[in-house]
Amino acid sequence: MQIYLPIAEVSVDAFAIFGIGGLVGILSGMFGVGGGFLITPLLFFIGIPPAVAVATSASQVVASSVSGVMAHLKRRTVDLRMGVVLLIGGLIGAGAGVQIFATLRAMGQVDLVVQLAYVLFLGIIGSIMFVESLRALRKTNRGAPPARRRHNWVHALPFKMKFRVSGLYISVIPPLLAGVLVGLLAAIMGVGGGFIMVPVMIYLLGMPTKVVVGTSLFQIIFVTGFATVMHAVTNQTVDIILAIVLLVGGAIGAQIGTQIGTKLRAEQLRILLASLVLAVCLKLAFDLLVEPSELYSISYHAGRAGQ
Amino acid sequence: MRNLIALLIFVCAALPALSTRAEQVVAGFSHDTISITTNFSGSEILIYGAVRREAPIAQDNPLAVVVTVAGPSRPVTMRRKERVAGIWINRAAAQIDAAPTFYAVATSAPYREAVSGVSDALYSISLPRAFRNVQGDAEHASSFLEALRRLRMDDGLYQIKENTVDLREDTLFSTAIALPANLIEGDYKVRIFLTRAGRVINVHESTIAVRKVGIERAAFRLAHEQPLLYGLLALIVAISVGWLVSALFRMIRA
Repeated sequence: MQIYLPIAEVSVDAFAIFGIGGLVGILSGMFGVGGGFLITPLLFFIGIPPAVAVATSASQVVASSVSGVMAHLKRRTVDLRMGVVLLIGGLIGAGAGVQIFATLRAMGQVDLVVQLAYVLFLGIIGSIMFVESLRALRKTNRGAPPARRRHNWVHALPFKMKFRVSGLYISVIPPLLAGVLVGLLAAIMGVGGGFIMVPVMIYLLGMPTKVVVGTSLFQIIFVTGFATVMHAVTNQTVDIILAIVLLVGGAIGAQIGTQIGTKLRAEQLRILLASLVLAVCLKLAFDLLVEPSELYSISYHAGRAGQ
Repeated sequence: MRNLIALLIFVCAALPALSTRAEQVVAGFSHDTISITTNFSGSEILIYGAVRREAPIAQDNPLAVVVTVAGPSRPVTMRRKERVAGIWINRAAAQIDAAPTFYAVATSAPYREAVSGVSDALYSISLPRAFRNVQGDAEHASSFLEALRRLRMDDGLYQIKENTVDLREDTLFSTAIALPANLIEGDYKVRIFLTRAGRVINVHESTIAVRKVGIERAAFRLAHEQPLLYGLLALIVAISVGWLVSALFRMIRA
């Protein structure tokens, strides 16, 4: 069944979109990841213009994170103060990111930059995950979880602030900077950025694990929400029909994924996810490196292209 | 088809002579408007008509019918990839001030026989005449235009269809133009040329309106006219759809 996307102005197979939503939903249910980092490249593969793919997937990330945050707020596992500091950084980053995105689009380089960013991030994250999970698989039930480093260079910085829920007294500079980075990624790549935020919170800021996911989701919602609205205002690239089909597929997939997730071992799950991330990364890298069959491309003018 | 022809003959006979010109085109379309709905997957318009004349059919010069359908023109930037440090990236670019988003030419005879060079220049019938003002690397301008034509032909947006106008008895003609799914909204200008020995002797012009309708139209207009409102609405819709589906699943499981 073909479906016409009003903003992308292309006609695509609705089942393909639904399938992508479902697949990413299954993965996010299985692994507890947001899945924005897979939706965007998969949308490229089926021919959605990258500008639309990024902006629309940001809206998808918001929607799929809301129920998670509600649950965490109820359990009081959100450090609101830390969340707000991260959020301030995130809004700055997302605001700047959308402007960068618009400039790149006018220069005709947005596809390249988005793809390069994906190759880089998916490559790094995929490799780390792969190595980690291989190591974990080899020595299951052996060795203690990595110790939290209580004191590092982060504690030497000024502008210290008390974060009671996390039990921390640290400078606001590192969380602000982390927020900016994640905001940039949300705007340019259409991802939530949890894959960056969670390690930063655990290893760099030294936050207790139980508040990490809730706090990261809390800031993700607002940052990706802000990025969505900014993309709609600046680039007019949020496709609401595309978002709805993705979401319905995603929500159904998430339910199935949660069921599968309970039946597989955590290490096996992580190896699966790592392989998938690496596969997408390789496909993107391949497209950049191999001479394309078509060297020419048509680009319309940014902004009011459809009028 | 037979009914259609009968109808046409009736129409031609019923129409009083409007002009003193020898031969004139009378035409109609299967649709005057094309609606782009959510499940729009392309469309086909049937363009049909007849040549009205007072005198007997002249036998001296061959008669031909040429139909063009042109979508709204838009500025376009063409880019070409080059290998830089092992990666293929967009380098050279050319700006074309106006290129039709859709262009189809259908003829009843081979193009060169149906339209002479002079007529083409006068009436801008062939596809290359539809482009305006190519800027950028001047030496590469023609290769960029060629690429634009090729890319859009592959997408069915540009069509050159020689010998696809069915002309019967030098009087009745019909042709079908396929409109692809990735159509841009706007007024599509249809021109029907009557030529003898390549010279245009009569032109019939009218338009077909291609419009987004329903949710497509609402979403597109809101996105461009009230982008802030649209962005907020997109968020609210996204959140509520996500919430609704998971609520539904909880209900099913409970």
